[in-house]
Amino acid sequence: MVSRSLGKNVDKLRRQRSPLFLLIPGIIALVFLLIPLIALIAQTPWEAFPRIISSPEALEALRLSLITSLVATGFAAVFGIPMAWLLAREALPFTGLLRALVIVPLLLPPVVSGVALLEALGRRGLVGGFLYNNFGITFPFTTVGVVIATTFVAMPFLIITLEGGFRSLHRRYEDAAATLGASHRRIFFRVTMPMVAPAAVAGLVLCWARALGEFGATITFAGNFPGVTQTMPLAVYTALESDRSVAIALSLVLLVVSVGVLVALRGRYLQSRAS
Amino acid sequence: MNKVLRVFVAVALVVGLSALFPGASGAATKPNTELTVSAAASLTDVFPVIAAAFIKRYPDTEIKFNFAGSSTIMNQVMAGAPVDVVATASESTMQIGVDSKQVLRPLIFARNSMAIAVPAGNPANIKSLADLERGGLFLGVCDPVIPCGAAAVEIFAKNKLNITPVTRELDVRALLGKVISGDLDAGIVYITDVKAAGSQVEFVEIPVKENVMTTYPIATVTDPENVGDKQNTELSNRFVNFVRFSTTSQAILRAFGFAKPW
Repeated sequence: MVSRSLGKNVDKLRRQRSPLFLLIPGIIALVFLLIPLIALIAQTPWEAFPRIISSPEALEALRLSLITSLVATGFAAVFGIPMAWLLAREALPFTGLLRALVIVPLLLPPVVSGVALLEALGRRGLVGGFLYNNFGITFPFTTVGVVIATTFVAMPFLIITLEGGFRSLHRRYEDAAATLGASHRRIFFRVTMPMVAPAAVAGLVLCWARALGEFGATITFAGNFPGVTQTMPLAVYTALESDRSVAIALSLVLLVVSVGVLVALRGRYLQSRAS
Repeated sequence: MNKVLRVFVAVALVVGLSALFPGASGAATKPNTELTVSAAASLTDVFPVIAAAFIKRYPDTEIKFNFAGSSTIMNQVMAGAPVDVVATASESTMQIGVDSKQVLRPLIFARNSMAIAVPAGNPANIKSLADLERGGLFLGVCDPVIPCGAAAVEIFAKNKLNITPVTRELDVRALLGKVISGDLDAGIVYITDVKAAGSQVEFVEIPVKENVMTTYPIATVTDPENVGDKQNTELSNRFVNFVRFSTTSQAILRAFGFAKPW
């Protein structure tokens, strides 16, 4: 009796795959997220588009954006992957606290990150003051400054994504490799990393996308000068002050680059979990 | 847990919705005498003081400010932002609003000129405009798309200076901040900005014949979607006229270093 009515209910729920109380808000979310993108495409000045994106300033900004975001992602990989491993293995004391601290830049408004970076690495900053006074090294208003700002903001995305990957990994594979006499280094590169590859790629893509879109920390810490620190988002914002159609055209380029990379990677790594 | 989450969602919704529809609760408590003024970043210090004087004369008025670069605020007005009065740091920016009939006839209410801001102690030892040509100098300017940047370009051209800044900031206050912090050796800003910053920053005057004057127009924003809203237009016009014509407002402007509009 009880089992039959339960079965009937389950049947009914299965038939109606998406209940309305989830379907309606979900669709609203979808529309909300898509409409601005559609509007951007709809407002694109197609006639002027080729001229705008082939202008020296646009190309300069695109080049700078690609270089700095890739270098930032590289730094994030070299330092962030080990950090993610240390957190996942709880190899350091106060892991919980450290994990929270590491993702703070992810939660901070980027402009606050920029201010914090100025206080740390500016000419009169905590560390920057020492570097400037003793070695004449300056970070703000340089391309290196852009890389620093974007790495600061983007690296946490890689760390938290990859930490999850390391955590969900069964230790027995590494233990097996160790039993067979593999060194730490060999185990890490030949067993651990290949097994977390999907998480690593997802983390790197997220990190890179965040780096490519970085605005607040960059303009605050590195300033805004074409060819040196004016990345695409800064070029978009600067153009917005004078010519909206230029801003829209540049925005579309950023949109296409981001979506293009996601689509290209999706086939290999970012497939839906279910399939 | 579930219960906590539900309460949280409910509270968030109520707070969120009441923020979206401010008129919904306790609407009829006071008359509509609220004025929203969008003004150029360089007016950040002086406008609240003028507003206080205005409120003293016309009590029951509330004035809210939105300070940003002139082009940004004009962009916002063009996009239909709920703004009653707009004051920019250049006539050409204001003209955009006039041409598209977004603002009523503007009045010039003040003038300003430029100065070289340097960090306290003047570490790079800047003495004149010519010093800015020095290689390796960290000089900041505003981007030419905003009035203080256009003025800097004009000054460099007028004095035949070949100058490459390290940054083109999009807000004069952001630029001044980076001079104050010592991250820039010098910045071309409004004379009123360095006066407002007091002892945090030093400045080198630019002689009148090497300098350029900028003008500040103010205007009432037309309200095409809300034509019947006469009260706000009246109040807006009253504020515009107060800023331009009252001796109080002009005295305040002089005290902050702005030059006469006439």
